[in-house]
Amino acid sequence: MIAFHLNGAPVSLDLPADTPLVAALRDHLSLFGTRFGCGAEQCGACMVLIDGRAEFSCTRSIDTVAGRQVTTIEGLGSASAPHALQRAFLQEQAGQCGYCLSGMLISAAGLLANDRDPTEDAVRTALDRNLCRCGAHNRIVRAVLAAAAELRTVPA
Amino acid sequence: MSGSSPSAADKPRLPGSLNTNRLLSQWIEFGADRRVAIRPGKVEIGQGILTALAQIAADELDVAFDRLDVIAAATDVSPDEGVTSGSRSVSDSGGALRYACAAARAIFLSVVAQRTGVPLASIKVVDGVFIGPQGEIGSYWSEPNRDLLACDAPADVKPKAISARRIAGRSAARIDLPDKVFGVARFLHDLRLPGMKFARVIRPSARGARLLTVPETPAGAQLVADGSFLAVVCETETAADASAAKLAPRVRWQETETLPEQRGLRDFLRSAPSETTLAAEQPCDTTPTQTLRAEFFKPYLAHASIGLCCAVAHLVEGQLRVWSHSQSIFALRKDIARGLGLALDDVVVQHREGAGCYGHNGADDVAFDAALIARACPGIPIRVQWSREDELGWGPLAPAMLVVVEAGTDANGAIVNWRHEVTSNGHMSRPGNFAVPSLLAASHVSNPCEIPLAVDPPLAGGGGSNRNAIPIYRTGGQHVAVHLLTEMPLRTSSLRGLGAMTNVLAIESVMDELALAAGRDPAAFRLAHLDDPRACAVIEAVTAMSERAARPDGEGFGRGLGFARYKGTSSYCAVVAEIEAAEQIKVRRLWIAADAGEVINPEGAKHQIEGGAVQACSFALKEAVQFDRCRVTSNTWETYPILRFSEVPEVEVTLLDRPELPTLGVGECATGPTVAAISNAIHDALGVWARTMPFTAEQLARDMA
Repeated sequence: MIAFHLNGAPVSLDLPADTPLVAALRDHLSLFGTRFGCGAEQCGACMVLIDGRAEFSCTRSIDTVAGRQVTTIEGLGSASAPHALQRAFLQEQAGQCGYCLSGMLISAAGLLANDRDPTEDAVRTALDRNLCRCGAHNRIVRAVLAAAAELRTVPA
Repeated sequence: MSGSSPSAADKPRLPGSLNTNRLLSQWIEFGADRRVAIRPGKVEIGQGILTALAQIAADELDVAFDRLDVIAAATDVSPDEGVTSGSRSVSDSGGALRYACAAARAIFLSVVAQRTGVPLASIKVVDGVFIGPQGEIGSYWSEPNRDLLACDAPADVKPKAISARRIAGRSAARIDLPDKVFGVARFLHDLRLPGMKFARVIRPSARGARLLTVPETPAGAQLVADGSFLAVVCETETAADASAAKLAPRVRWQETETLPEQRGLRDFLRSAPSETTLAAEQPCDTTPTQTLRAEFFKPYLAHASIGLCCAVAHLVEGQLRVWSHSQSIFALRKDIARGLGLALDDVVVQHREGAGCYGHNGADDVAFDAALIARACPGIPIRVQWSREDELGWGPLAPAMLVVVEAGTDANGAIVNWRHEVTSNGHMSRPGNFAVPSLLAASHVSNPCEIPLAVDPPLAGGGGSNRNAIPIYRTGGQHVAVHLLTEMPLRTSSLRGLGAMTNVLAIESVMDELALAAGRDPAAFRLAHLDDPRACAVIEAVTAMSERAARPDGEGFGRGLGFARYKGTSSYCAVVAEIEAAEQIKVRRLWIAADAGEVINPEGAKHQIEGGAVQACSFALKEAVQFDRCRVTSNTWETYPILRFSEVPEVEVTLLDRPELPTLGVGECATGPTVAAISNAIHDALGVWARTMPFTAEQLARDMA
């Protein structure tokens, strides 16, 4: 049994220790928001927060998150209680096909957890691990900056 | 379903796809809870088409936009609207839905008027409720609507005047985006059915390789083998992945070298057998005093979707249902039926969204993979997902192209003759178009069908290799020819813009060189050779936009212009690129002015144009499919890099306001002009004509040598 905290609640999985985290999320926990894109840490579609840091989940086995806090896109927010980033992405219409967006949002959340007031360059650098093929990059950057500004109005 | 009228030809022509799909109930349904469902045959591929169609329908029906549900297309219930491609969906499907909704509204109102005695002219429709002088007299939901719409669209319907539209023409938020921002299981990849099993295809080790022997199947996996088609089926995704990874290196294949030397690709294009067709021929009546010759090259390019190709297939008592993110579900159904020897009526293809595809990627191929495996596992829903390596290594590619331009000018530098010769493989291998199925695995099964040679769509439909090959400029004499290869070492098909990217690059690069030779400003030189005021307007607009921003000081910066009217008949788009030549070329800014006629969703259209331009930066600067004599080797994101955030330019898009003119579509118009603008900006910065893609530092060093 591998136990960890997923989106704030404890889970334990009776799966082989080398099961990739993305597979555990999608196929055993029915959390489909985390996307599979390459399986080689090269596109960022599969990113989740692990103890607040944006990490790839495609190559990481579940035993490496034992006892840790894992947050997926579903844990970031929901339609009824959206995260500031999700609100900003909708406000900016920051997506076309949307396949990369879970990873983008998680990556941005990881950035904002460490840098409340990132420059545009810092946002671009932080998102460089995430590939978008539709060309929605600039809207995504604007959304992240807008969310950062909104979050700064809330006391830390 | 081909519509209710087999003899549409005898009837008055109706707009868009309604002409061949006349039954109104096929398009519109008034459901419970005051919802309105529309059922277009076009599909969402990330371009926002569902939103634009909902806007059009809401406007014509006079219902609130958020009452609309757009039902994903399926071959058993949706009108056959052909392929979702070529930036035609708003005109084909939007035109049909606008008319169909106007017809539905008229039918309802006439029934209500008759039933209540309230004159038609006195009835208003407010959010779907019919209001007479005395108040509410009915609604779309209180009439027995199924019967009312079970008829062909009448011929005498007048949709609203453009000035009366309230929803179409204004920006609307994408209806599919919230699901994608909240991680809802909306993609095909997220579909799970009871009892579903997961499969992986083990592709041949080389193009054209034949299966020799298969080692023992790993425990927990079922092997499906048919000729050289090989797949493993497991209980879970992880197991399928692991089994395929374990098995693949131990399968023995008979390989042959079927691909040309990559280093000699340009020579291969020159020397490979081809068939020549003329796209334009006008005699030159002025002898040029100068002739400029220039040669352009584009390598094979990949669609490189972020999501992998995926499909689900389920065979139950001889009936096959396939879930697919294909752009052409009806044609896919045809090829799957032919490939499996099933009757057309025994196959249903249901669309479900995948990642953006930007043309004909492996979406259709993976659907056939799933169908083949489902046939071997009757009763079990089979999900197949390609690997990243197969996605980049086996999907159809945009063909490599060679373009040679010879432009003749008179003593004043004005163009008097233009020769434009294109060499390319065909740009179209989509299913449903060939004597045999054009799906990848059809060439791998026992009794294989050879992969059909890619063709080009007809010039009247926008063409393929010759797309945008005929200059829009006044050139005097004109000779435009395509040498279409009759050998196809790598399977080629449609990628955003087809041949337009290379042809526009060629024309616009030569226009700049001619302008320079004539001592003219590039924009002024183009304007002097244009007769179309809409073309002039976008060039003038983009020039003004870019001139508002000061040029950066210092060495290594350059600006360049690119322009085209997409397909010669679609949207006008002019781009100014500002680049910086550092270690590599960096595109700093793009200014874009476009005229797309009437625009349904301005923000959505701008986003499509910006996206196309950013993707074009990636094509221009970074992308080239790599291969050895046996296989594509650029099958990871490391070996097939695409543009990243830190490399994306600032982009400013202006749409010229043309609400009174026919809608032209925006998905593809920016690609060619952007690549051309970057090339011309490189010349402005470095003095070298960038004519071999991609414009890497290494390539530019060769160009300068």
